[in-house]
Amino acid sequence: MSDSPRTAVSNPPTQPMVSNLGPADLIRRSATEDLPPPQRQLTPVAKLIDVSKCIGCKACQSACVEWNDTTPAVGENVGVYTNPHDLTENMFTLMRFTEWVNPSTDNLEWLIRKDGCMHCADPGCLKACPAPGAIVQYTNGIVDFIHENCIGCGYCVKGCPFNIPRISKADHRAYKCTLCSDRVAVGQGPACAKACPTQAIVFGTKEDMTRHAEGRIADLKSRGYANAGLYDPPGVGGTHVMYVLHHNDKPHIYADLPDNPRISPVVQTWKGLTKYVGLAAMGFMAAGSLIHGVFARPNRVSKEDEESAEKLVETTIGQPVPEASSSNGERG
Amino acid sequence: MTNSWTDIRNTDLVVVMGGNAAEAHPCGFKWVTEAKAHRGAKLIVVDPRYTRTASVSDFYAPIRQGTDIAFLLGVIKYCIDNDKVQWEYTKAFTNASYIVKEGFGYSDGLFTGYDEEKRDYNRTTWDYEIGEDGFAVTDPTLQHPRCVWNLLKQHVAVYTPEMVERICGTPRDKFLRVAQMISECSSPTKTMTSMYALGWTQHSHGAQNIRAMAMLQLILGNIGVRGGGMNALRGHSNIQGLTDIGLMSHLLTGYLNMPTEQETDFEIYMRSRQFRPLRPGQTSYWQNYRKFMVSFQKAMWGDAATAENQWGYEFLPKLDVPAYDVLRMFELMGAGRVNGYFCQGFNPMLAFPNRGKITASLSKLKFLVTMDPLETETARFWENHGEYNEVDTRSIQTEVFQLPTTCFAEEEGSLTNSGRWLQWHWAGGSPPGEAKHDTWIMAQIFLRMRELYRKEGGAFPDPILNLSWNYHDPNEPEPEELAKEINGRALTDLSDPADPSRVQVAAGKQLLNFSQLRDDGSTMCGVWIYSGCWNEAGNNMARRGTEDPDGTGAYLNWSFAWPLNRRTLYNRASADLQGRPWDPSRKLLEWDGTKWTGYDVPDIAPTARPDQVMPFIMNQEGVSRLFTRGMLRDGPFPAHMEPFESPVPNVMNPRMRGNPVARVFQSDLSQFGNADEFPFAATSYRLTEHFHYWTKHNRVNAALQPEFFVEISEELAALRQVVNGGWVRVWSKRGSVKAKAVVTKRIRPLNCDGRVVHVVGIPLHWGFVGAAKKGFGPNSLSPFVGDANIETPEYKAFLVNLEPTTAPGVQS
Repeated sequence: MSDSPRTAVSNPPTQPMVSNLGPADLIRRSATEDLPPPQRQLTPVAKLIDVSKCIGCKACQSACVEWNDTTPAVGENVGVYTNPHDLTENMFTLMRFTEWVNPSTDNLEWLIRKDGCMHCADPGCLKACPAPGAIVQYTNGIVDFIHENCIGCGYCVKGCPFNIPRISKADHRAYKCTLCSDRVAVGQGPACAKACPTQAIVFGTKEDMTRHAEGRIADLKSRGYANAGLYDPPGVGGTHVMYVLHHNDKPHIYADLPDNPRISPVVQTWKGLTKYVGLAAMGFMAAGSLIHGVFARPNRVSKEDEESAEKLVETTIGQPVPEASSSNGERG
Repeated sequence: MTNSWTDIRNTDLVVVMGGNAAEAHPCGFKWVTEAKAHRGAKLIVVDPRYTRTASVSDFYAPIRQGTDIAFLLGVIKYCIDNDKVQWEYTKAFTNASYIVKEGFGYSDGLFTGYDEEKRDYNRTTWDYEIGEDGFAVTDPTLQHPRCVWNLLKQHVAVYTPEMVERICGTPRDKFLRVAQMISECSSPTKTMTSMYALGWTQHSHGAQNIRAMAMLQLILGNIGVRGGGMNALRGHSNIQGLTDIGLMSHLLTGYLNMPTEQETDFEIYMRSRQFRPLRPGQTSYWQNYRKFMVSFQKAMWGDAATAENQWGYEFLPKLDVPAYDVLRMFELMGAGRVNGYFCQGFNPMLAFPNRGKITASLSKLKFLVTMDPLETETARFWENHGEYNEVDTRSIQTEVFQLPTTCFAEEEGSLTNSGRWLQWHWAGGSPPGEAKHDTWIMAQIFLRMRELYRKEGGAFPDPILNLSWNYHDPNEPEPEELAKEINGRALTDLSDPADPSRVQVAAGKQLLNFSQLRDDGSTMCGVWIYSGCWNEAGNNMARRGTEDPDGTGAYLNWSFAWPLNRRTLYNRASADLQGRPWDPSRKLLEWDGTKWTGYDVPDIAPTARPDQVMPFIMNQEGVSRLFTRGMLRDGPFPAHMEPFESPVPNVMNPRMRGNPVARVFQSDLSQFGNADEFPFAATSYRLTEHFHYWTKHNRVNAALQPEFFVEISEELAALRQVVNGGWVRVWSKRGSVKAKAVVTKRIRPLNCDGRVVHVVGIPLHWGFVGAAKKGFGPNSLSPFVGDANIETPEYKAFLVNLEPTTAPGVQS
């Protein structure tokens, strides 16, 4: 195994395989100044979610639960098809349903978007993370959480322009979609892409996925969607999870997908500006982590830490934070 | 399906009406997305709700449930009026030119011959004029006023766009857009596929819904061609297999009929099944009925089936009623006329209408046996679950035996999919706990019963004692043995009909296919249409070849499709009277001057000349039927009928309730509700997150759609002051349920004949056992009446009322 898989369709080989993603493949590591340069460059991968082909069946959610062996709770119906009602530490991906009446045609459109980690080329979570090695980025573009290094501070949630990570109430660590890094490492595509019956979710190299999207966009334009386009937002350096949207001129109609996501400039310069504070904080966190291990108590950050983190996010993103408005996507 | 799932990718237009393929058949729906992505195909959805399928459609039109016939006859009228007919196909391959008997007519919503007392038609005028030569009289010029084409034109004349809007509530402009898009497929180089499911069958006029679309497809020339067809999306992985193998009280295997008590001997039984051709030179393949029947009887009783005892004809049960369908069984049970009930792999407590009646009926049984891999509500019908199952347990004396069975993944065998593919599968796990294969359980019951009959005799032990049971292990017949029996084998050396000195098949060998069946007792075959599935070449159902020459989607080396591995039925109709494909780019078959060649197994004798033998070989006419003679009880043409519970009167005849010939039991007459008391039009359906009542046992599915709900429009919510996510009570004449309300823009009120019709959508996945939250099913509300021809219950259209309420168990 030498490079990134190019599809999620193939079945696994029967012989044992060596993991293709190791420490030598990291290009970024949270709160780590002296990360050695990667020994090779893997071909960047991407998952492409074609919203116009998605039928909202939730096979992706189901596959995600099965592969990651999570246990989302049996909740209740609150008047929407979106279940569970939000991403959780047990639900890394979520179909968000939005009923939108197109003002130019007066026709209803039922917009169904698979929400989850976008695997930003420039990951706000990783930059905000004070715990060394809790968040890493591989040369193929996957942003992964290394749970044993996580201190549960929640900065990754604040740093994420898409409001994706969730902190487990059970083990106080952050969880999100891994882009099935464990599958990709052995030549397989993500479980959600494999399960998708209509191939609305496809997986391969970012180059291939971009080209595939062009064909889909041409088809949508021929069907009257003049603003169909690829969502690969430059504000976060592009993403390794991309959408084909019928209305790419207004991403926010898809359950508050940010029109122009950016990471906070403060987070961007975190290392530079607050290097020493950051290091000191890391020491504090490490101690906290140890205490956590002994007393099995939640990790806490101080109120000031919390406030400064919140401020940091508020000052940066020139639009509502997604979590404030996305809880009831169905009614959109 | 006339075609196959993989063929759908060849279409230009997908019409999903009477179904919700993306929601209920998400895996098969991939072929629609393929057609859209790679052929530029368009997708139309016509449905009371804006469904998941509608969410990826090119055009959506709303329709009031139960009015599809009016809509489709409106489209047929549009096509005729606008000369959008595939004329060459229609003239050659349908009965458009056949002359109908004098006296046939239609007025006030009824065809000639109606007897209100009997709720039945005298169908003698619903037939062709027969000439002195014994053949049907035709007028190829279509000038005769009583030719089928002119009668059809007359019949659909009333279904103008205005009338469609009045009946269906479909805005005129939306109807016209759909009609226009469909009519374009009259071109020989454009095809449309019809994908439908229970949205058409679960009506008291279900068979006629399907007829209406089939007629439209015929005049557009879309039957037998790639990317065309009438494609029934079967709701279980093996429900096609269920009907094929005859698990209905009025059927034997392969669509042979169960004899009736009037058919006192085999020759009388055969007399009405001679199926002589109605036109010169036609195939009328059912002429071979006797071969299929005798071979079936030999499969059942082996050496005990002899010419002398009419191949064991007396061993066959004889029907004293048209059918012992599920509605009749529970009616009889309720009347105390059924002692025991075997419930194998289904859940009547949630699956059959009017749950109150089902519970009362089960309570009158002496014993109930359930065979199921899962806990079912039926097995627990006697258990009090508060509001969810309010029964007085002590008053129920039924003894219940629960026999745990294996699920599909724990057993080997074949499943027949919608496209008639018999796909062999292998066990992926061992049976858990005390679970046993169904075959083991049934063998044990049979062996013990046979022993009792042997010892004690009884009124008529012969059918049981003589039943053929030659299995390696009588305690558990193996799937391979059963499959081979289904295929059939030679019992003696079969001589070659072309050269009697040659042996065609040696005694004991598997038959190649049903063409080798004989009516002299020298062959046996369990299911004639499946013959060929396991012949001397081996298990053809286990084939997994993925080659597909020229990308036609036929995949002839993948599994085995009945009949004869044919992938598209009536495929000879894909070519014209000279045998040239209508659309060369979509060739299926071609006449090379001496024989048929092409990508599929020809649905005609390989050397049958294209100008002489017509494509619809199962019909006595050789052509398809726009006018279906007396073969359906409720009319030779479809005609608009309202559901038994309708929010508006039938505009054709306000006195007429429902289908005028559908069977209604006396005890159910008073159980129909009216629009003044129950003003809202309800319908029921599945959701993608669940499969029927099974997956509520699975924590993942349960998390993805945890709780019973009903869907209503914002307008109805405002009218009844219902809040989104709040509790509502929904009740009909027969029962009451509580549900969460999903208030949605996807359902909008319809305007029908000046009245506002509110639609209430009721999904069906919840009950009182399982991992999901407790809930109800729509069958607590739906009426105990079925289709006039096949008794499929009317689940898709009934009346309810609705009000806000509090959670179950909480006093308001």
